[in-house]
Amino acid sequence: MSPVLHTYSQALYSAFDYLLDKYPDVFIIGQGLWSPWYVGNTMKDLDKKYGSQRVIDTPVAEAACTGAALGASISGMRPIVVHPRMDFMMYASDALVNQAAKWSHMFGGQAQAKLTIRAIINRGGEQGAQHSQALHAWYAHVPGLRVVMPTTPADARDLLIASVMCNDPVVFIDDRWLYDIQEKVTPMRFLSLENEGPQVKISGTDFTIVASGYSTYLAQKAIETLSFGGLSGELIDTRVLAPLDPALIIKSVLKTGRLLVVDGGTRTCGYAAELIASTVESIDPRKLAAPPTRLTLPDAPAPTASSLERLYYPSSHAIVAKIREMFPTRGQL
Amino acid sequence: MNNNLKLSNYSLDQPDQIDVGAFDPQMLVKALSSMIRIRSVERILASARQEGIVNGPVHLAVGQEAVATGVSAALRYTDQVFGAHRSHAHILGLGTDPRRLFAEVLGKKTGLSNGMGGSMHLWDASVGFCGSVPIVAGTVPIAVGAAMANRLQGSDGVSVSYLGDGACEEGVVHESLNLASINKEPVIFIVENNFYASHMHISQRQPLSSTARFASANSITPHIVDGNNFAAVYSATSKLVHAAREGDGPGFIEAFTYRWYGHVDWREDIDVGISRSKSEVELWRTRDPIRRLKDSLILVGVITDADYDQMCKSVQNQLDFAWKTALSDPYPDSDALTRYVYSTNQL
Repeated sequence: MSPVLHTYSQALYSAFDYLLDKYPDVFIIGQGLWSPWYVGNTMKDLDKKYGSQRVIDTPVAEAACTGAALGASISGMRPIVVHPRMDFMMYASDALVNQAAKWSHMFGGQAQAKLTIRAIINRGGEQGAQHSQALHAWYAHVPGLRVVMPTTPADARDLLIASVMCNDPVVFIDDRWLYDIQEKVTPMRFLSLENEGPQVKISGTDFTIVASGYSTYLAQKAIETLSFGGLSGELIDTRVLAPLDPALIIKSVLKTGRLLVVDGGTRTCGYAAELIASTVESIDPRKLAAPPTRLTLPDAPAPTASSLERLYYPSSHAIVAKIREMFPTRGQL
Repeated sequence: MNNNLKLSNYSLDQPDQIDVGAFDPQMLVKALSSMIRIRSVERILASARQEGIVNGPVHLAVGQEAVATGVSAALRYTDQVFGAHRSHAHILGLGTDPRRLFAEVLGKKTGLSNGMGGSMHLWDASVGFCGSVPIVAGTVPIAVGAAMANRLQGSDGVSVSYLGDGACEEGVVHESLNLASINKEPVIFIVENNFYASHMHISQRQPLSSTARFASANSITPHIVDGNNFAAVYSATSKLVHAAREGDGPGFIEAFTYRWYGHVDWREDIDVGISRSKSEVELWRTRDPIRRLKDSLILVGVITDADYDQMCKSVQNQLDFAWKTALSDPYPDSDALTRYVYSTNQL
């Protein structure tokens, strides 16, 4: 079968459709599931196709719905909880952080919290500080949770299926800024989430950029720009943020000697910090040609004014500038 | 007794005698034996904690045995029960092996949670106990989800959520009651109202001393029972479990009871002087749920004093052996530290 063009939205829809069709133990619960206003076209009319018993729109109750999904998961189901904005997941923190993440460990491996949390980053558009957050680093900090941030439409589909089929709690984070990205998509691949990790998206020799989700596209654009000046960048897409296997990143940085991490979260104790630390602790500093660095959101909540939003979010221009700082003279190459 | 208890339609002055006539005598004797077992386990743990043999906190349910026993008797092995910090009684009531409970409290590999949980994180799916956690109200929505799974799978299983009067002050309880009610989930909420959340009396925490209003607010009919009366707890639970199996939706029981020990560990006087008075503790000891069932069974001739003494001895012998065995059981291997974090690491 030849690859077909798919948007990220369509890819997500096809994963939900596949899961509901093939697995009677899968159900979806969350706010706004009967309204495309909340989840775009990623779940359009699934309730009509599979019934409102399996695609459950809910009361305004993030904590109870997430806890209930955990209860259903240890009772033989594979629930998917949808949080149309990640910010509202703070209400579900106990169910996720104290409960789902720890049930396997604290009951000696007897409880399988096999639920998937679909957490949507829904930022920009002057929505402000409580409708914008990307909190992947928080969840990656919690042992027991798997954190997935797919970048491409094919990964959105295949990693969503792999997340739901995984027997651990998975926080699957998708970013609405990715929804209209269209790519040629290969046929469905059946992946075991525990075998998935970072992947090289572009091979290069002079510097390494590691990014997750939407930031990966910004980095891709920057690498293209930098190539015109003769710089060859390697791009690694993190894909699975926790548990992290940094081997591929270490290998890349040993080759290029230069590392920039681009991340759509804030800086302090952020995911970029973890990626840099996990990489450089395995590398002899004398093999580094430049100090590893990061480009993140500033340590500030999201602004509302669009003029400030433009300053707040990383851009491919900023990535280009950061990389150029690693090469003080063109002749250094 | 703390004054000004505004209990909606319940008086604490319940008759001492338990009306046992309507029940199978064999079941009542088993229930009595189960209550004796619970109390004896808790007593063993209390002294082991005092002696420093048990290293972690234990929240003991002496005085509250009739609730767990009455609820358990109304359930099938395939139903799912969820507890909290004070759950030794809940899991023992379902028939778990006391040796494995002892081992778990001691942090031993042979424990109910393979030595990874201790007193506050208990699991024995073989008897239907699907988790207790010490985050107050943490398992309440989880029990609703287990009920949801039963409904979606077309089974007539029910789930039980044990919570306390203190847990009713947590927001997630109200989300859970609402969610259970709107979806008619087969879940029974059992509020063990022992009047105290840690050191605070309910009159210092809530405008009313009954939590039944939270059920009514979510269109669930509350049933208030004497939690020191096995038969009352059993009857109320049986009725609601039956209704839930038939698709009538959630049930809610508030069982008034009292813990003889303080909030945590072996001291009976630990909360006395903060809110509890010695006379209050003494009054509740006269309402002893075990003594009441025993006296009622002797009165109608089901057992004799000698039978009762024999039951106590037999339970104690079993438990002494179980305790000794648990003490000599091994601790978890060192790789258990990370083995269970993800399901794939367990081989």
